[in-house]
Amino acid sequence: MRVLGIETSCDETGVALYDTRHGLLADALYSQVAMHADFGGVVPELASRDHTRKLLPLIDDVLGEAHCGRADLDAIAYTAGPGLVGALMVGASTAHGMARSLDIPVLGVHHMEGHLLAPMLEDDPVAFPFVALLVSGGHTQLVAVEGLGAYRLLGESVDDAAGEAFDKAAKMLELGYPGGPAIARLAEHGDPTRFRFPRPMTDRPGLDFSFSGLKTHTLTTIKALRDEGALDEQAHADIARAFEEAVVDTLVIKCRRALDDTGLKRLVVAGGVSANVRLRERLDHALTKRRAKAFYPRNRFCTDNGAMIAYAGAQRLMAGEHDDSAILAVPRWPLTDLRPPAV
Amino acid sequence: MTSHAASLTHSKGEITTSMPTLLALDASSNACSVALMHRPAGAEADEVSARLSLTPREHTHRLMPMIDDLLAEASLTVEDLDAIAYGHGPGSFTGLRIAAGIAQGLAYGAEKPLIGVSTLAAMAYAAHRQYHLRYVIPALDARMGEIYVGAYYCHQGQLTPLMDEAVMSPEALSLPAGQEDVDWVGVGSGWKLWSSMPAQLQAEIGQHIEDLAPVAEDMAYLASREYLAGQGQSPHLVQPVYLRDKVAWRR
Repeated sequence: MRVLGIETSCDETGVALYDTRHGLLADALYSQVAMHADFGGVVPELASRDHTRKLLPLIDDVLGEAHCGRADLDAIAYTAGPGLVGALMVGASTAHGMARSLDIPVLGVHHMEGHLLAPMLEDDPVAFPFVALLVSGGHTQLVAVEGLGAYRLLGESVDDAAGEAFDKAAKMLELGYPGGPAIARLAEHGDPTRFRFPRPMTDRPGLDFSFSGLKTHTLTTIKALRDEGALDEQAHADIARAFEEAVVDTLVIKCRRALDDTGLKRLVVAGGVSANVRLRERLDHALTKRRAKAFYPRNRFCTDNGAMIAYAGAQRLMAGEHDDSAILAVPRWPLTDLRPPAV
Repeated sequence: MTSHAASLTHSKGEITTSMPTLLALDASSNACSVALMHRPAGAEADEVSARLSLTPREHTHRLMPMIDDLLAEASLTVEDLDAIAYGHGPGSFTGLRIAAGIAQGLAYGAEKPLIGVSTLAAMAYAAHRQYHLRYVIPALDARMGEIYVGAYYCHQGQLTPLMDEAVMSPEALSLPAGQEDVDWVGVGSGWKLWSSMPAQLQAEIGQHIEDLAPVAEDMAYLASREYLAGQGQSPHLVQPVYLRDKVAWRR
């Protein structure tokens, strides 16, 4: 089955073509990050307008790259949520229109299910069951995954998502948007021993996260240094390093705990923050010690993309799932509301 | 939901022209609508059959079933169409994109030309078709104290624009230069801001009809002319026309 995947939930337009026998045939992405950077964050109306401009040309690129005609498509999968409702509607309505004229099934896919399954596009795909750490600008969740659609929430952030904390800390340090890569770059030059930032909620049992206190701690540190006239370039780097260390350490501690609690040996890490190199190093180290293994999507598929939507959609479409005539755009949609496909 | 079929005979002298088989859709307002222009088997004339659904915020649930219904009733598929059209705006930003997405998807999938129709032109056409008006100023409430507005001369089913469509405050509205002496009629929700319009304009406008909204049926007529004039385009080129382009502010 050849499935076209369409992702327009936020500020990236993603399209891909996945074949259930031959794997990923092509994928293309247009990122609006530069456009939104001028405004310090995503402007939903601009995002939606840009999706409408970019989507069809990207679909054309992907079909061209795969040497496929429109008639070679067997189904279309699109991100139905969660995300920005206006942005979601662009992909959803285009998918439905196109599916109708091609007379093929169409299916709305959960964005986070896409992220969750993205490592299955790699050469060494993860097998069920596993623990998943979903960590991005919108989510920080630990989920026990028994199979497709069988998700149990183990813990989540009670306030900011980890990626959001990176963005806010980057703003305090006057770095660009998005903050994650900017902090990671600056942290390279930082002294890991100069500051020690708190590891929130690690001193008590449970798998929930909290990152807003860390944000406040960062601000307090910056203020104190500024008052002393000591907020120089090195101090910026040292703060970035301390911040990154604290987030990474917190995530690693909770992942270890989640594996211990569930007795599982496989960990999937997905979402934008999963591209963080230090996080991967620490996780690999921590997991090797307990004979467990971490699985990541390739860097390009850590952030939003069409490939994960094509893949996740294909799994459900193969089981016979598809939309009726209602175009789905669901801004808030808990992952745990999903069910395995009814066979 | 309403359904009706209208013959093209109202536009005199045109019935001999073979009209295209065309699907038009619109989601620019609180209502969404679909219209199918086609010639039924054995019929002498083309027909436009239409569906309208006044269900704000449910356009994503209503449009595809209405499209399916109309095509099924006429025993047609998307393949049988000559072109697709949609109301490209101005109007509700999200609504314009829903219509654009469906129309672009349909046209791209079936490799058909796409035609964008102005919602304001569709309103002028409706006023001409229903009330035989000739000088029409269609205006839509653009919120934020502004209106979307245009001006059209309508003659024998043909529309000639007399000003560029624009978003403006009602206080700034004036009649097209050199055209003040004709019998202008205002149509559409924008005229609910009547009390904010200049006194001189109020004196010049003969009447205004607030409850006239853009619908796909009028767009089908306008698009059929565009199609016959060779104006169908590659789907990705036919983008929404928002008119209001200042939607974000730098920090």
